[in-house]
Amino acid sequence: MSLAMVVLIAVLFGTGTYLLLHRTLTRMVLGVGMLANGVNVVIVATSGPPGEAPIVGREGTTDSVPQALVLTAIVIGFAVTAFLLALAWRNWTIDGNDAVEDDVEDRRVARADERRVVDVPSAEDVEL
Amino acid sequence: MIVLVLLHAVVAVAVLTAARARPVAGAVLGCAVLGATAVTVGVLGIGRSTVRHEAWAWVPDLGLQLAFRLDGFAVVMALVVSVIGVLVLAYSISYFDHDATYVRFVGLFVAFAGAMTGLVMAADLFTMFVFWELTSVCSFLLIGLNDRSAAARTAALRALLVTGAGGLCLLAGVVLLQVAAGTSDFAELASAAPVGSMVTTAACLALIGAFTKSAQFPFHFWLPGAMAAPTPVSAYLHSATMVKAGIVLMARLAPVFGDLDVWRWAVVVCGGTTMLLGGARAMRQTDAKLLLAHSTVSQLGFLTLLVGLGVPGATYAGVAHLVAHAVFKAGLFLGVGVVDHATGTRDIRRLSGLAREMPFVTVCMCAAAASMAGLIPLFGFATKEQALVALLDADAGAAGTVALVAVVVGAVLSAGYSVRLVRGLFGTKRDLADIADVEHAHVHVHHRPSVGLSVPMASFALVSLVAGLGADTVGRWLQAPVVALDAGATGVLHLWPGLTTAFAISLTVVALGAVLGWRVPDAVAPTVVSVSGERIFQRVFDGLLDGSKRLTVVTQSGSLVAYLGIVMAVLTAALVAGIAKDPGAGFDDLRLADSWVQAAIAAIAIVFAGAVVAARDRFVSALLIGGVGFACALLFALYGAPDLALTQILVETLTIVVFLLVLRQMPRRFAADPVWAPKVVRLAISVGVGCAVAAFAVMVSAARRAPSVGGTYAELSLPEAGGNNIVNVILVDFRGVDTLGEITVLATAALGVTNLVRMARRARARALEAAAPSPLEGGSDT
Repeated sequence: MSLAMVVLIAVLFGTGTYLLLHRTLTRMVLGVGMLANGVNVVIVATSGPPGEAPIVGREGTTDSVPQALVLTAIVIGFAVTAFLLALAWRNWTIDGNDAVEDDVEDRRVARADERRVVDVPSAEDVEL
Repeated sequence: MIVLVLLHAVVAVAVLTAARARPVAGAVLGCAVLGATAVTVGVLGIGRSTVRHEAWAWVPDLGLQLAFRLDGFAVVMALVVSVIGVLVLAYSISYFDHDATYVRFVGLFVAFAGAMTGLVMAADLFTMFVFWELTSVCSFLLIGLNDRSAAARTAALRALLVTGAGGLCLLAGVVLLQVAAGTSDFAELASAAPVGSMVTTAACLALIGAFTKSAQFPFHFWLPGAMAAPTPVSAYLHSATMVKAGIVLMARLAPVFGDLDVWRWAVVVCGGTTMLLGGARAMRQTDAKLLLAHSTVSQLGFLTLLVGLGVPGATYAGVAHLVAHAVFKAGLFLGVGVVDHATGTRDIRRLSGLAREMPFVTVCMCAAAASMAGLIPLFGFATKEQALVALLDADAGAAGTVALVAVVVGAVLSAGYSVRLVRGLFGTKRDLADIADVEHAHVHVHHRPSVGLSVPMASFALVSLVAGLGADTVGRWLQAPVVALDAGATGVLHLWPGLTTAFAISLTVVALGAVLGWRVPDAVAPTVVSVSGERIFQRVFDGLLDGSKRLTVVTQSGSLVAYLGIVMAVLTAALVAGIAKDPGAGFDDLRLADSWVQAAIAAIAIVFAGAVVAARDRFVSALLIGGVGFACALLFALYGAPDLALTQILVETLTIVVFLLVLRQMPRRFAADPVWAPKVVRLAISVGVGCAVAAFAVMVSAARRAPSVGGTYAELSLPEAGGNNIVNVILVDFRGVDTLGEITVLATAALGVTNLVRMARRARARALEAAAPSPLEGGSDT
């Protein structure tokens, strides 16, 4: 494995994660794209040393299976990116907002400090 | 026996479903079933030389079966369950209004009787456990019979939680015992006499189960709460039968575990504490039913002491007293029910002079209470006498002495609360007017007690008296049941024991108790014990609810980015853990670069990636990430993957187009990102993920052990699929279904995108309309 690819993998995953951990939806989409590239590079780079294209009859070819996997991954990565972008666009059009808000219900649960009062009679004064 | 149990179930279901319009007919049918059970058990069990045994394979693979054995003890218990059941059910006909609740009562009552019959006849622990849990469920439903009352619901839930938790302990104990001893059959266990730490653990767990069921300290608190149930339920389940299930279990297991120190001391300490605590609490009650509830707790402690010790004489006394208690306590409960029915109250501070107005009830209650107090010639006297004799003779060491002291003090309290009960209910109180906190001091008898209520109650009193007078004969009858539990157990019951030490103790006890019962004023409630299992239970219960809520708040913050951060952090941790198993693997094979072109393109990609992070402009960042994608495509081409390179270039071009289409309508620059976590944390997570994945990649590249399946595909590509490009053949032929899946994903995403865009357009149109209503609409309004 070549050091150049290792460093590239580290950078793609590092920047991808950093972008993903933003609240701005567009940046998160960029992060997902970056991570998708990173994953593809990992799979190709770990499949073995570079070589000839996997064509019947050639010598010293690379492994065909990881390439088939990555090819599928590239296409699906595009679908995901497109969907996320549509989501970002919808948010922007409706709210004029590009940030991922916290879930309102969860915040409400967290804030609800008034305990549900359960009126438990003691054995001494049970209403009979 | 299986038929008997099933019959109960069938009748219960029939009553619950079909007898809505005729509850009384249902009750009569229930009485008939219980009566039939009593007769059948009597015919099958009494005076036979062979013990009847039935088994029905349940889960043959696990060796589980429903096994019943009708030995002497089972006969006595089944008779107690069915005969008392008949009387209480007959009583209930006059006690309840005949509405839907009553139908439910009858159905559940019969179901419970069936479960209890199964429990006492069970031949092994697993069978007993099944019926044990069934009785818990019936008890829950019957306590909560009045489902409109919050108190009843809470009490029912509490009883279910306590007995259910105990049931789980019991199950764990039963499984352990099965593993350790290889059997769960009571008779085989007794002869196998297993030992070991596993057996001790099993014994403790089973004991916890028994203690929760029989309301022993520190689990005693659910029983007084269960008094929210109607009186017939209390009389039957919570004094005569269900709470005896724990005693039955202890009686069955005492021959196996009786010699264990843990078992013996647990029984003595918990039983003794329960007896004294219940007695002391009973002395404080002003509600006659609660007084009885606490006295039941006390008596159950007494039974636990006797039966759990595993001393032959005490076991005999325990079984005898179990029967005696079931009879007199059921009678007392029914009597309190009669008073309640007639006057509308059970508050002994308000009742006065009932002895004159209800002489018959008074006489019956006096007889039953005298049996509870241990007065000669009632049955309770004979059984308690035998208990004292057995404990005086017992060779049980210090535990035996402690038990004896507890029993004597407990007996004083028993006599005390018996006197308090009778005096409180029926006595004439001159100082009634002085009690400030009671508004309507005197209560009038609304109507005479009906025959339907009086006869069952009187029957119990009569049995207490007759069994007391014929104690010597009854004592001989009880010999066989006790031998069924413990082959060496013997004992006798006497109407007149002669002038012995035990008799002297008995007399002193009754005298002291009478003084105590007479002297403690009705309204005064001396605080005897502040330890409350109930409060602890409530704390634990609240704590669990509170804790789960806090856990939810902590783990479910509602912030997507926080979740993502956690996911990424966990990913890093998992990768590091994997790498740590074989650190450094693969690093030896590391080259600087495969070619200088590769190094150069990788460097370009790295620069682009860094620029994406730094960019503050949407357009620029979209173009930059496109750059990263194209660089990756070139790397793929260099690697010998031209198909990937082609696809990547096409897709990357499309992505940029989509980005630009979307970003066209958004502001060019990113808004300041709302901070959810310090930058250091985000950076740390990012660097962690990057390094961990890179190290993982190095390790994986050197980890191949088997040849790739790619070789096989290469061989098959031309002959099987007629293609030279192996990657293409894999995608469209060998793994064609995967590609179909991929296409489906694309189609779904396309549908999603279309809908999102249309929804957004419509919403925007509506918003615009609302902001500026068209002149036409405005005109029609005015």
